[in-house]
Amino acid sequence: MSIGKSATPLGQVRGLGSAREGGEHWISERVTSAALLLLGTWFLASLLLLPDLGQRTLAEWLRSPAAAVPMALFVLVAFRHALDGIKVIVDDYVESDGGRFALNTLFLFLAVGGAALALFALGKIAFGAAG
Amino acid sequence: MAAVRERPVSPHLTIWRWGPHMVVSILHRITGAGLTLVGLPILVWWLLAIAGSPDAYAEFTGAASHWLGTVVLVGLTWAFFQKSFAGLRHLLMDTGRGFELTANKMGAILTIVGAIAATAILWAYWLGVLQ
Repeated sequence: MSIGKSATPLGQVRGLGSAREGGEHWISERVTSAALLLLGTWFLASLLLLPDLGQRTLAEWLRSPAAAVPMALFVLVAFRHALDGIKVIVDDYVESDGGRFALNTLFLFLAVGGAALALFALGKIAFGAAG
Repeated sequence: MAAVRERPVSPHLTIWRWGPHMVVSILHRITGAGLTLVGLPILVWWLLAIAGSPDAYAEFTGAASHWLGTVVLVGLTWAFFQKSFAGLRHLLMDTGRGFELTANKMGAILTIVGAIAATAILWAYWLGVLQ
């Protein structure tokens, strides 16, 4: 057994057991990816079926619950999936603990901010005065 | 204390002959980063532009129809398809399927061919070539 001082990285962790976390992140990546396959298909198909992509047409489309709700879900799930994915990249390539924590926190702020902006826009379209 | 010997490291990218599975693997990471860092900001901008004034929307469509903007949007469309098809392949592989050499290689090639074909068809339609 080697809990305690050891010369090698392997020796330092041997005997500590598993991290007991990380499974949720793996599951989250896959569940959100399945949702995004559905929502992404809906998004592309909707754009293709619209008569044009002018502002009036798009706003009218996004005012209906049948479009506003899946679009809000698309935004939320996409940002969550992106955050899960970026974390893997950051954890892979950033060596220092502090750097990883700082970058992961920065991306968390950006994702929450981006999702909030998108939801604000959707709310404004759905509940604002018809243009 | 004895000097720590360099531990043997498992063979990495440099010694393998590149195959379709490796291309799809790294493309999955690259397209994910691209969709996150470029795609999501554009999605938010698009929604805010729809919610905003006609000028705000004209600014978006102006950028989108600029040749550079169109290149970015075509690239994002390809990234979306590549990520979706490879993601579907990943979900299948999570169930233990598709690890035999020939099936694995065929699946990898199909995601690449499928993504390029889907992007070409979609943009040919959008740019009026197919209408």
